[in-house]
Amino acid sequence: MSVKEKHRLERSELIRQMVDAVGAQGVVAEREQLRTYECDGLTSYRVIPDLVVLPETVEQVQKVVAICYRERIPFVARGSGTGLSGGALPVKEGVLIVMSRMRRIQDIDIPNQRVRAEPGVINLSVTAAVSDAGYYYAPDPSSQLVCSIGGNVAENSGGAHCLKYGFTTNHVLALEVVLPNGEIVNLGAPTLDPPGYDLVGAFVGSEGTLGITTAVTLRIVRRAEALQMLLAAFPSPDEAGAAVSGIIAAGIIPAAVEMMDALAIEAAEAAVHAGYPENAGAILIVELDGPAAEVEHQFEEVNRICMENHAGEIRIATDADERARMWKGRKAAFAAIGRISPSYYVQDGVIPRTALPVVLRQIAALAAEAGVRVANVFHAGDGNLHPLVLYDDKIEGQAEHAETVAGEILRICLEHGGSITGEHGVGEDKKHYMPDMFDETDLATMQLLRCAFDPDYLCNPGKLFPTPRLCGEVPGPYRPHPIQEAGLAELF
Amino acid sequence: MTNSASELRSVVGDDQVREGEPGDAIDGVQPRFVVTPASPEEVSALMSLASRSGLRVAPRGGGTTLDLGNVPTALDLVLDMTRMNRVLEHAAGDLVTSVEAGVRLQELQGTLAGAGQMLALDGYGSGATAGGVIAANTAGPRRLRYGTVRDLLIGITIVLPDGTIAKAGGKVVKNVAGYDLSKLMTGSLGTLGVIVKAIFRLHPRPAARRLVIGQVQEPEAVEETVQRILHSNLVPTAIHLSLPSSGMGRIGLLLEGVEPSVAAQSTLAETIFGPNSAPLVAREEEIDARWSELTATAVRENGLDLKVTCLPAALGEVITTIRGAASIHRGEFQITGPVGNGILNVHLDATDPVRASAMIHTLRSAIKPGHVTVLSASPEVKRAIDVWGPLGDTEALMRRVKDRFDPDYILNPGRFVGGI
Repeated sequence: MSVKEKHRLERSELIRQMVDAVGAQGVVAEREQLRTYECDGLTSYRVIPDLVVLPETVEQVQKVVAICYRERIPFVARGSGTGLSGGALPVKEGVLIVMSRMRRIQDIDIPNQRVRAEPGVINLSVTAAVSDAGYYYAPDPSSQLVCSIGGNVAENSGGAHCLKYGFTTNHVLALEVVLPNGEIVNLGAPTLDPPGYDLVGAFVGSEGTLGITTAVTLRIVRRAEALQMLLAAFPSPDEAGAAVSGIIAAGIIPAAVEMMDALAIEAAEAAVHAGYPENAGAILIVELDGPAAEVEHQFEEVNRICMENHAGEIRIATDADERARMWKGRKAAFAAIGRISPSYYVQDGVIPRTALPVVLRQIAALAAEAGVRVANVFHAGDGNLHPLVLYDDKIEGQAEHAETVAGEILRICLEHGGSITGEHGVGEDKKHYMPDMFDETDLATMQLLRCAFDPDYLCNPGKLFPTPRLCGEVPGPYRPHPIQEAGLAELF
Repeated sequence: MTNSASELRSVVGDDQVREGEPGDAIDGVQPRFVVTPASPEEVSALMSLASRSGLRVAPRGGGTTLDLGNVPTALDLVLDMTRMNRVLEHAAGDLVTSVEAGVRLQELQGTLAGAGQMLALDGYGSGATAGGVIAANTAGPRRLRYGTVRDLLIGITIVLPDGTIAKAGGKVVKNVAGYDLSKLMTGSLGTLGVIVKAIFRLHPRPAARRLVIGQVQEPEAVEETVQRILHSNLVPTAIHLSLPSSGMGRIGLLLEGVEPSVAAQSTLAETIFGPNSAPLVAREEEIDARWSELTATAVRENGLDLKVTCLPAALGEVITTIRGAASIHRGEFQITGPVGNGILNVHLDATDPVRASAMIHTLRSAIKPGHVTVLSASPEVKRAIDVWGPLGDTEALMRRVKDRFDPDYILNPGRFVGGI
């Protein structure tokens, strides 16, 4: 059955089958209600799905996927819809499977430092469930109050603490997955080194293109004995960057090292009154954790290194409230930009840390030449930049111009041997940059993996890769895919 | 097939092709040829040739983990990767290094140490290469703190059976662009592609260390000690067990960091071990020797080596089960391993296939969740068992992955899970 024939099934019949699978309360079919799901955190792309279903159990997910598989209907899974690359953007004439009702924490195992959670569980809820026992779940994206574990798995989400503690993939031990053909498989294991291919490692970060996870076994981490946090103000990003290099060269891996430039500081102050130092060219927020004696030593060192790099002011957080205040501005940075600009386009490029000073200068020069403002907020420890290109969407052409500048920033990142995405994912938004980072054979080889999981190209099609390929092809000249011919995916 | 030798020579040059010898055999299966490529392009040409000619291929680095896996169903060509042994780049400021797959890890560590850095892997044999350690997913005691290859490998270049050269990942630690083929290749035992280049993240070498060794005898004592350590404020680099079949065993706790930190932790560790275990804090100059001795395993001629994984809170029960099952066969045995991770290595004297099979079957039935993998055994024993154990519901999917990457099954046929 080819994709072109997929709508042999009448919509009313599809709805009937889905109601059968998940119950009437689990199906959304009215257009105005469907609009709620037309985009995720990246609001510049909107597609109204044909149908939305909200399963509550793995059996329901399996039934829904089996229907889609049988009828050759493309489907997209969605968690909390907070993603910043359009990964949960619906496919036109496809089904959107919203996982937010699967939000039970199924098991908490403190002695073995493991938690099993359904994909709709909110990231911060995992920490909340184990914090009385002195544990937490380490990957902490800024959206952790709302983003879901399933979404974190799809994007391999990071957060401020991933330089020291790793990303989602370093904290997932096992996954229950419904494959695109409706098969349920259990990847990985609660114990270490399960035999076979590391399919957990392949699945995490696959952006919802290989299947739908319905239960995740997570590793939790014991809270460190001691924690210290400081904020240092510098005359410019150059000095701040040099301080970061100095810290790393001293053999210190901080729990977090965040940098904000003057424009980002201005926005944060306007929005949440974090009380950051005025007139700072850049600030560093450094968090250190570990055994008490180690933290004390590292703290002295970081202080010294900041002073050596011309820090004008150093503030030390003396309790949890002060720490929360220090983080407030940084965590609210994206939202805060709304105070100084009607709209913004956020990028997620990564560069080698040592290239930080020169890249920031290149971005500044680019911004000046293009006549746009760019605010910089980023994870300085691992070179993950979040340049925010500011624009006014009410002025014609500014949105496209901002996107062009953002694209140029990504190219700068790639020139320095970096990546087009450190944590937000490729999704819809950056797929046309994939050929700038990988060549045809690289992408075709990655597609081999997809073909093992989803040979019929039904699972979140059109995301991640610029040109869909038929499975069964060898790397070679491009041939259009039926989904493309059906207008469901575009060639960039 | 008759032109194979001359075709191989035309790719790598006359000096780099020789006939296989008994020493090149894997589990008694001797290849016809051994070739030593110098570049990814040569590897690509060799693989294209192998595909066209139907040659079955095994890549080989230092040969330190060739014992791993089932007996190969066939083997025509060994790709000796040791000529591709350069450190391509060491970006010390970024804590990243790019290497050719055939680089010897001991040499790499020496280079990195010059800048006060390390690749935070241990447990590999002398002569082990980067590609080998990735393909075999070799890990040692320090995995407790630093993770394993999957946590340290950030980029990879592979050659597929049809000669395609492809890369994934990159030079930066934060990178979610594309599928994570680095993880897919880790532990894949050279059955999906030939690793030709690897990019690793590095760590600073710790400034100071302490080794605290406590005595344990009963399985419950092992479990309780491990639990106390894991749920304390200690941040151990490693927790390593060495337990003979009877008598007193030891747990070694390796602490690394700055001097004041390891000193304080060492004191806490002594309290956690408690007076009954007579904890000993090794002097700095003794640490290397004591640690080597604790983590070494007696090499047994044609021995049987198992790897048992379990949940840390089940260690007592599992050690008891292992002792019970191991008594099925005669002789001494030793249980060692990074217990903090729920991993135990069982080293037994040689045994006949029937006994080995019975023992492994008993262990696999009893230890759930967990796995029992045979790391090393005679070909006769291997033919009587499945070294990897049952796969559960992922077998079909794993086969589909293999089908895509190596449709003709020319890479290490038969050695991997499910007989892949």
